[in-house]
Amino acid sequence: MNAPDTVALVPKDFKSDYKPVWCPGCGDYSVLSSITKALAALQLRPENVAVVSGIGCSSRIPAYTNCYGFHGVHGRSLAAATGLKAARPDLTVLVASGDGDGYSIGGNHFLHACRRNVDLTYIVMDNHVYGMTKGQPSPTTEPAWPSKLSPEGTGLREFHPLVIALAAGANFIARAFSGDPNGTAALLTEAIRYPGFSFVEILSPCVTFRPEQRAWKEAVRPTPVEPTDDPARAARRLITDDGFNIGVLYRGTRTPFGATARRGNAAPESLDAAFRFQEAS
Amino acid sequence: MASIQATRATATGAPTSVSVALAGSGGAGVMTAGNMLLEAAAQAGYYGLMTRTSGPQIRGGEAAAMLRISTVANDGQDDRFQVLAAVDWQNVGRFAAEIPLDASSLILGDPDQGAPPEVFLKTGAQRFEVPFKRLAKQVSGGWPNMVALGVLAGLCGLPEDALERAVSRANRKGGEALAASLAAMRLGLEQARALGVAFTLAPPQPGPGRWLITGNEAAGAGALRGGVRFVAAYPITPATELLEWLAPAIGKVGGTLVQAEDELASINMILGASYGGVPSLTATSGPGLALMMESLGLGVAAEIPIVVVDVMRTGPSTGIATKSEQSDLNIALHGMHGDAPHVVVAPNSLADCLAATQWAVGIAESLQVPAIVLTDQYLGQARGVVDEPARAPDLPARHRAETGQPDYRRYALTEDGVSAMAIPGMAGITYTADGLEHGESGRPSSQASDHAAQMDKRARKLAGFDPGAYWASVEGEGDTAIVTFGSCTGPAREALARAQAGGLNARLVSLRLLSPAQPERLAQALEGVSRVLVLEQNHSGQLLRHLRAEYDLPGEVRSLRRAGPLPFHPGEIHDTLLQWSRA
Repeated sequence: MNAPDTVALVPKDFKSDYKPVWCPGCGDYSVLSSITKALAALQLRPENVAVVSGIGCSSRIPAYTNCYGFHGVHGRSLAAATGLKAARPDLTVLVASGDGDGYSIGGNHFLHACRRNVDLTYIVMDNHVYGMTKGQPSPTTEPAWPSKLSPEGTGLREFHPLVIALAAGANFIARAFSGDPNGTAALLTEAIRYPGFSFVEILSPCVTFRPEQRAWKEAVRPTPVEPTDDPARAARRLITDDGFNIGVLYRGTRTPFGATARRGNAAPESLDAAFRFQEAS
Repeated sequence: MASIQATRATATGAPTSVSVALAGSGGAGVMTAGNMLLEAAAQAGYYGLMTRTSGPQIRGGEAAAMLRISTVANDGQDDRFQVLAAVDWQNVGRFAAEIPLDASSLILGDPDQGAPPEVFLKTGAQRFEVPFKRLAKQVSGGWPNMVALGVLAGLCGLPEDALERAVSRANRKGGEALAASLAAMRLGLEQARALGVAFTLAPPQPGPGRWLITGNEAAGAGALRGGVRFVAAYPITPATELLEWLAPAIGKVGGTLVQAEDELASINMILGASYGGVPSLTATSGPGLALMMESLGLGVAAEIPIVVVDVMRTGPSTGIATKSEQSDLNIALHGMHGDAPHVVVAPNSLADCLAATQWAVGIAESLQVPAIVLTDQYLGQARGVVDEPARAPDLPARHRAETGQPDYRRYALTEDGVSAMAIPGMAGITYTADGLEHGESGRPSSQASDHAAQMDKRARKLAGFDPGAYWASVEGEGDTAIVTFGSCTGPAREALARAQAGGLNARLVSLRLLSPAQPERLAQALEGVSRVLVLEQNHSGQLLRHLRAEYDLPGEVRSLRRAGPLPFHPGEIHDTLLQWSRA
């Protein structure tokens, strides 16, 4: 249901009536709530917002909103969102992903979306595990975490998404915690407003396969320093960061993709002249 | 002056077509000279076709421009080349199979660059020595390729003013570079006269409105005419020129082109853009098409119209990246997992790349389905002088929902299977496009009944599609028929014309719409036929297998096929028909 144009929108105007497939206690419920709060805070119309996703628990979010949704194939949400935003710059485009979808199968698109700096908001719900396929290690999983697929742990160093986002050129970098829906909503509000590619990593516990992540609520803390626009300073902070500093960590100054593009309005037939060699001579 | 025998004389004895090849190492400018020769032929009122071959090197490898200049339009090369000229011979012998010569051919080589490769000499062709490099040095800033241009144009009897216009258009800046090119070209003309041989092509039949265009450019122009305003793609030989033509062109008509990080990205970018209401296309070749398969299935399931142009090259794997083959038919028809009804269209001439691509966009948009356009390196990179390309038949535009439409269901089960599509920005009818199976509203569903209903809906869209007469090129009469597609069509058409001249009548059916299959139309086209020759350029007979699976073919069926990259020549197809007719 959409409210009439004149009435202020509230978070529930952005929620659909679909019942999520998530487990009770999943952090993603709070992320959904934070997204709808942010959209209401910005007073965007649901029909002018598109939520694009890939595959995984987090990627179910589009249909739970009342916005336009695109639930595509595994790992390619940033590509679909890039095409949508490039073709329809008038829309507000959010991209929802997880640590498997976004950092493993979709890793290449993550690098190039940061580089390209399209005006998107990329929300990654990171729970350090593949939940939908029932508990395999993801790129952010700790090396010693045992699972059926890697009984001894992967032995692999964790992926550092924020450092990589900075190195690849993301224009806005923040970390949020699903256990603080209002704080997360405020971060998302700023990320959506911010021009260019905004990356918000949300720690969102998987209580089913990683019940120890319930302790994250004690580990997180507001970042002790103000955001910087200096990539060198941001790099030092992000590399030494323990993964639990919450807040805006970097605000860049790059011009978004396509912002200077000029489009003509010629008829396609007007291009034929170049092929008509007699007239062109 | 002796007259060299060229192809098939007219009633007055003058040949209607002459074929010449210009070869040399990369950087020698043989493609530049070839393009000028083609343009000069166009300026003089002839039709022309230039195909190209090159080695694998990025720069410095051997290359050859292969031209056919004629009084009538031809969509393929002839059986033999009358002239092979080479500014140098570095590895040009590798092209022997692609540049067939015989005892009536001429070989022009620069004596300072060594002898022509034995593989050419053993054809019995007459050998002439032309010191291209030394002649070029007589002109300050002169190049051997411009001398070769003059020699070839002189042998073909092209008028000097047409040649001057072509050289001038290629050197728009004028000045010393233009003067040097013209002077070197004139030295070549003198040299041709001194050789004492010439072709006396029948007079040209100039017509209005002819175009000089490549197949890749034609496909790009067709895309824009079809309404495409978003393109995302990853560079790949031999599709890149299509993208490079589109890059500046699409901006002029209000669209956008994005260079993607890979083909997985390009296909998903166009899905996203088309979901946003903007007709979208990508172009690629076999390896890229293989990467796109999963996401093409998303286009089928979520009913998002998109077009993929596959400029086929030899496979499998990297294959021969610069050379042609019709071997992606199987993957285009059957590459997706699940039952995924979609459209496959194949242009059957260089000029048809325009209309067929435009048509594919129209079908994709009206049926909300992915469409694959199968062209190939031969058509895509060929440049030709053609009559103004036809327009594709009009099709209904994408069926859009209406803002605020009550009880809107994105995947409503309609009679023809096509349901109204909401576009972001339309209030009151928001929905989620989903690769998950869904019910009519788009809500994900794992119920058997929803799966069956949506499968039926998606199949119904294609089953009910009426392609009209454009489904195939059906030509001629007779109890023998050639069934083919794509770049084999030109040589097949020419073979049938030769057969007819010899009193053997046969039909041509060149399938433009490869999927959905049109069994009733083909049965009608083949009524009274007792012999079917299936012609295709791949190793395993992919078209034959497709026909066997989808169609009842009448009478005896034979297959004429081989793997790329050698194109079929009209003569070998004609010979096959003749032998069969005598059997």
